Amino acid sequence: MGRPGLAVVDGNGCGFAGKLMRRALLIAVPYVWLLALFLIPFFIVLKISLSDVELAIPPYTPTLDLSQGWSGITDFFSQLDFENFVWLTEDDLYWKAYLSSVKIALISTVLTLLVGYPIAYGMARAPAEWRPTLMMLVILPFWTSFLIRVYAWMGILSNEGYLNQILLWLGIISTPLTILNTNTAVYIGIVYTYLPFMILPIYSSLERMDESLIEAAEDLGCSRLKAFWLVTIPLSRPGIIAGCFLVMIPVIGEFVIPSLLGGSSTLMIGKVLWEEFFSNRDWPVASAVAVVLLLILVIPIVLFQRNQQKQTEAEQ
Amino acid sequence: MNRLSWFNAVSLTLGFAFLYIPMVILIIFSFNESKLVTVWAGFSTKWYGELAQNEAFLNAAWVTIRVAVFSSTLATVLGTAAAYVLVRGGRFFGRTLFSGMIYAPLVMPEVITGLSLLLLFIGIGLDRGILTIVLAHTTFSMCFVSVVVSSRLVTFDKSLEEAALDLGCSPAQAFRLVTLPIIAPAVISGWLLAFTLSLDDLVIASFTSGPSATTLPIKIFSAVRLGVSPEINALSTIMIAVVTVGVITASLVTKRAMVRQKQDELAAARTE
Repeated sequence: MGRPGLAVVDGNGCGFAGKLMRRALLIAVPYVWLLALFLIPFFIVLKISLSDVELAIPPYTPTLDLSQGWSGITDFFSQLDFENFVWLTEDDLYWKAYLSSVKIALISTVLTLLVGYPIAYGMARAPAEWRPTLMMLVILPFWTSFLIRVYAWMGILSNEGYLNQILLWLGIISTPLTILNTNTAVYIGIVYTYLPFMILPIYSSLERMDESLIEAAEDLGCSRLKAFWLVTIPLSRPGIIAGCFLVMIPVIGEFVIPSLLGGSSTLMIGKVLWEEFFSNRDWPVASAVAVVLLLILVIPIVLFQRNQQKQTEAEQ
Repeated sequence: MNRLSWFNAVSLTLGFAFLYIPMVILIIFSFNESKLVTVWAGFSTKWYGELAQNEAFLNAAWVTIRVAVFSSTLATVLGTAAAYVLVRGGRFFGRTLFSGMIYAPLVMPEVITGLSLLLLFIGIGLDRGILTIVLAHTTFSMCFVSVVVSSRLVTFDKSLEEAALDLGCSPAQAFRLVTLPIIAPAVISGWLLAFTLSLDDLVIASFTSGPSATTLPIKIFSAVRLGVSPEINALSTIMIAVVTVGVITASLVTKRAMVRQKQDELAAARTE
């Protein structure tokens, strides 16, 4: 096998049909995998969201009974209804949780942008030989366990935590601040864990920017601040948009941060779905919550993909 | 522009302090003598010793490593195939759906992915355990592998493959002898990414694991819910150390591969 020249015969031996077969196989294997383990499960979620909860295994009804033939299938469909979705609109817990998830996601995206932009800007303006190291310093926390990074803040923000100890020692406060188990802690946790997702796209758009444009703007009488506002910000817009979507979309469904850093008043839909499933064992309602969450996310996901597509086209 | 302005220096310093101080504190307090995590009582490695005695954590760690090895290897094969199909496959039936299924899991909330996979496994009567976690992790991490590999495939010169084909290679040989060596760094970093994603994952594993298989993040999460403990600090420190060594090694390997490739290209250009 080592010598390519000798293998020509057996390589082309299978001929055209063999080539087609191989290509079909190469496409089919990942395709079928994703259909079976990504797309079909969504239809199962959709189906169960239309079912009723039942004390049984599995804990919902109806189940499709193909042994009954056609009547089994019609029976099955006639028992599906939108009851769970009606339930979601009737109990304020759910729509409040959706609203508060979106609100928390929007606020924390803005905060992440405010913290991340100066870092990305500093990286892009740093000497070229530093940049790979700075990049690695941003990426390293991103590879470190998410759970551990959230956990690290529990020790800092608690009532006896390091932050309160320092503030008390400095005499800035006289009684410990309650930060852990509040929304403030959730915001800190989100900004901390999602920061690399904001920095990296902004950095890559700032790094590509031609610096002589700034010089030109300054030569033409712009102040530095004005040049930044009128030239740098618009040119880094694709990075800003990509970063904001990369933070906002997953934060809406976030579970770990609100359950470890948030309090009982922190309402987020990912946590509601988790509790509906694991504590209340109400699978149909959990599925309905998931379907609505997906519908909310479809808009930002489509906008995000369009932004990415436009950017790739602009590069070509 | 060879010097940092004071503004950039300040923002970089503050930014990296924000990113690293929490982890540094975590590591320091894993060596604390006291059971109280917030009070320093002298240097000690006793929590590492206790960790080594903790059967439950060791078992969970072993499950986690097995799941990560299997799922990342499977995800690398499937993800590389998917990337190749997307970049070089041309038009085929359902291509849009295929690329949608590759990109959607990247931003999909984990609670939805976990719930839907669990309902699938129950629907087909598959017992929850290591196998179901491997299947679940493979599915979402193959998409990350495919994005990493396809970004490398897009930038490399297609004519190299065509030359190999013209010289009598079969497509399989052209892939093995030409394409694979060139995209190898991307494939390796894809594998590493899939491995750490699997190592990290709490939400999807919680949905798809059964009583027979508990992973380390699930164990850590249930311990952490009760509050901060020095044992978890010790465990976190070990995990941070492993990841740091892994990432630095990977970036050195990629850098060396890129330097060598540059040299080869230069040499090739000179012989022309």
